[in-house]
Amino acid sequence: MSLQVENLTVYYQTLRGDVQALEKATFAVADGEIMGLAGESGCGKSTLANSLIRLVPPMRLVAGQVRLDGELLPLDDAKRMSEYRFTKISVIPQYAMNALNPTRKIGKIIAELLQSKGVDFATILPELKRRLDLVELSHDVLGMYPIELSGGMKQRAVMVLSVLLNPSLLIADEITSALDVSTQKAVAEMLVGFRDREFVRSLIVITHDISILYQMADSILIMYAGQLAEKASTDVIIRAPRHPYTRLLIASLPKVGVRYAERRLSGIPGRPPLLLDPPAGCRFRDRCSMAFEKCMEVPPFVEIEAGHFVACWKEFGADADA
Amino acid sequence: MMKRKVRSETLYFALRNNKLRVGLSVVLFFLVLTFVGPLLTRYAPYDYVNPLGAQPPSAKYWFGTTMFGQDVFTQFVYGLKATFLVGVVGGGLGTLIGVIVGFTAGYRGGMVDEALNMLTNIILVIPTLAILLIIAAYLKVRGIMTESVFIGCTAWPWAARAIRAQTFSLRSRDFVDLARLSGMSPWRIIFTEIAPNMMSYLLLVFILQFGGAILNAATLDFIGLGPTNAVSLGLMMNNAVLWGALLLGIWWWFIPPGLAIMAIVGALYVTNVGLDEVFNPKLREM
Amino acid sequence: MRRYLGRKLLIYVLTFFLAVTIDWLIPRFMPGDPVQTMLSRASLHAEAVEVMYGYYTRAFGLDVPVWQQYLNFWNAIFHGDLGTSVYLFPQPVIKIILRAVPYDVFLLLPAVLLSWFAGNWFGAFAARNKWLDNTLLPLGYILTATPYMWLGIVLAWAFGVVWGIFPIAGAYGFSLRPHLSWTFIGSVLKHWFLPFASIFLVKFGGWAIGMRNMIIYELEADYSHYLEALGAPRGLIRKYAFRNAILPQITGLSLDLGVIVAGALVTEVVFSYPGIGYLILQAIQNQDYFLIQGCFLFIIIGVLLANFAIDIAYVIVDPRTRLGMMGESA
Repeated sequence: MSLQVENLTVYYQTLRGDVQALEKATFAVADGEIMGLAGESGCGKSTLANSLIRLVPPMRLVAGQVRLDGELLPLDDAKRMSEYRFTKISVIPQYAMNALNPTRKIGKIIAELLQSKGVDFATILPELKRRLDLVELSHDVLGMYPIELSGGMKQRAVMVLSVLLNPSLLIADEITSALDVSTQKAVAEMLVGFRDREFVRSLIVITHDISILYQMADSILIMYAGQLAEKASTDVIIRAPRHPYTRLLIASLPKVGVRYAERRLSGIPGRPPLLLDPPAGCRFRDRCSMAFEKCMEVPPFVEIEAGHFVACWKEFGADADA
Repeated sequence: MMKRKVRSETLYFALRNNKLRVGLSVVLFFLVLTFVGPLLTRYAPYDYVNPLGAQPPSAKYWFGTTMFGQDVFTQFVYGLKATFLVGVVGGGLGTLIGVIVGFTAGYRGGMVDEALNMLTNIILVIPTLAILLIIAAYLKVRGIMTESVFIGCTAWPWAARAIRAQTFSLRSRDFVDLARLSGMSPWRIIFTEIAPNMMSYLLLVFILQFGGAILNAATLDFIGLGPTNAVSLGLMMNNAVLWGALLLGIWWWFIPPGLAIMAIVGALYVTNVGLDEVFNPKLREM
Repeated sequence: MRRYLGRKLLIYVLTFFLAVTIDWLIPRFMPGDPVQTMLSRASLHAEAVEVMYGYYTRAFGLDVPVWQQYLNFWNAIFHGDLGTSVYLFPQPVIKIILRAVPYDVFLLLPAVLLSWFAGNWFGAFAARNKWLDNTLLPLGYILTATPYMWLGIVLAWAFGVVWGIFPIAGAYGFSLRPHLSWTFIGSVLKHWFLPFASIFLVKFGGWAIGMRNMIIYELEADYSHYLEALGAPRGLIRKYAFRNAILPQITGLSLDLGVIVAGALVTEVVFSYPGIGYLILQAIQNQDYFLIQGCFLFIIIGVLLANFAIDIAYVIVDPRTRLGMMGESA
């Protein structure tokens, strides 16, 4: 599978004008790749995820194209898009613990959903049971109501359901945010297992927790204020980031073994801009110590070395450092 | 700084919400009429001003006159006063009791909750009309305040139930747990953490109680259990039917009062929906 | 679950006990002596008054100590005896009430059921059709804000007096006696229509609004969004939303059905329709406290039964209630 996103621009319509939440996003996800999507709250990662799977008002597709396995996705046409959903592209939502209808037994929910997609429940039942075993859920779960399950169990049930039809691309939206560390590890391992067992071909994992991505992602895409900042393999992002924002981000991660008395946590001073009326050019320039006049223009997302993309004039502009 | 921003944002949406604007305008219109109306007429509600008895609306008598030659418009504007009074006092009292009972039940839980629940159920089941009958038999002279207080004291169960449910859901939220963990006294928790979140909900509850009290009063007035020394819209309809306005076609006597009630209460309900949209961003229309 | 219902039952029994006691107290709190009132209406000789007084006092069971009257009252209830009416003496209260009940059922059962079905159906449609929503919503709010008695008066005036299509008083023509014939049935239906319509319209507004709001709420729930994200057809999402939205509506329906025995007070007053509501009014006007007491007792029992039925219904229908009783959910 391959995902190609070109110039994707999505705004939110509000009474006070358009919130420019996602601006000209261009990137690709290769077959079998687990790409992490990270950034501060409000940087546009959820917008990106939602545009791919469920673009509904007040979101508005302004420009751009998305190709999945070469096919153009009809993002803003709900009816045509529903053919791709669940079968080609699927999601584990942020609200996974509330994602199941509370007044229906879980098995029934799955059966009815499959039936509406033209899949016979009985045929898929053995596979479903195997997968329940994989995530350590008893088969009895199918005969229970969601309220009878714990939060973690519900999330695992949703994980199983979302990949049941072996989609090409799975988007996992902040699924570890509400979990404790040991459960986070289990969930991360489950997701990687999905890819390794080819339940899904590629994954986009959205989080604001880079440490999780370090454990499971092949590559990381960093976003800031609706713009793409940097994309590279996990190793490179962590050890040799090039974008000023990524560098500050990595630097502000607490390091194991370093105590507060020895070295204080450094943050990034300032706040992300409001996207109702965003600044022109690179949106990080107000907080960037290296900003100069060229930054008034939007830097393109350029591949400075194999598989490493940066959007920063300093990195490839006329006065780029070596 | 954040609080001010949030409040002004709420105001921003409030001023632009159509339902809120229409609803409040209608209510305000009648409210203004309540104050301005008596100045526009030189009669008193029960004065016999028209020797010709019942007459349709004319330039002299804007809403016509009753069978006894009383000016319907005068009765109407004075009756509006009664309506608003009942709404404010009756609705306010009902909300107040509902808050006390519902909040205590929801916050404390356990035995307190059970006991208050039983109290609520009993009030719901007792035909309050029966109690009113007794009161009416003893109090030969009754005013609007008496009626309002009575309505407030019997209409609170609905408010109590709603507030209790809301308290339950708020109580288990994380920020309350956090406050409790930090050792805040229960009173401070209630006032600083829970109350602000309840405020919008309480406003909605109050508006519903307001409307309900008006309808309740209209019913009571209509069957003769209303105030004896004042004029109210329900009373006008009662008199109209009693004196054969229906059969004699004196439509100007009974149509305006009911129409006003329908308009005011309807506007209140619509305002309620609008407010709900303002407070709950998910419901906002774009 | 048994414990849950058992506890509810206990609460209902206690409530019943208290409510009946208050009901029993009503005539005793009334100023004046009911027998005296009754007698003063009939003009009698002074000696006759004394004899009659003794007779009636015994007839109403007022000659025994108060606590014994109280016990007698409970005893009588369990024998289905609700006392004797004062203003319609010597008819037993229960007989008078039972004569009025069929009219209430005939009037209210269709009104409640039809308005519920129609209201919910329209409300569900309005939730997904913008045009219908814009017309139905204001209409619904106006209808539900309309006082019953006013709508009754307006309908009676417009259709009864001005256009003379329907009669406006009684349950059937004054010249007719109840018998099985098309004339009688036709008359009954003609007298039934306006009171029915006035109740139906107001209730319809309420249900439509309620259902519309519930469905919108359900369509905005996380599970609806998830189904949509998984490409489920609109029909399936709507089906789930509808099923979840109808649950609280069922509670409302049970309550309305239960209070049918309470009659529709003001509507019956406007149309002089001989249901319990009209009966209560006449009892008030004639100061027949025993009739009032009997009527209210009837109503109390009906309301309690309705409430209990709701509790049972909800347990059967909503798995959250059923399972939530086992303790806090995880």
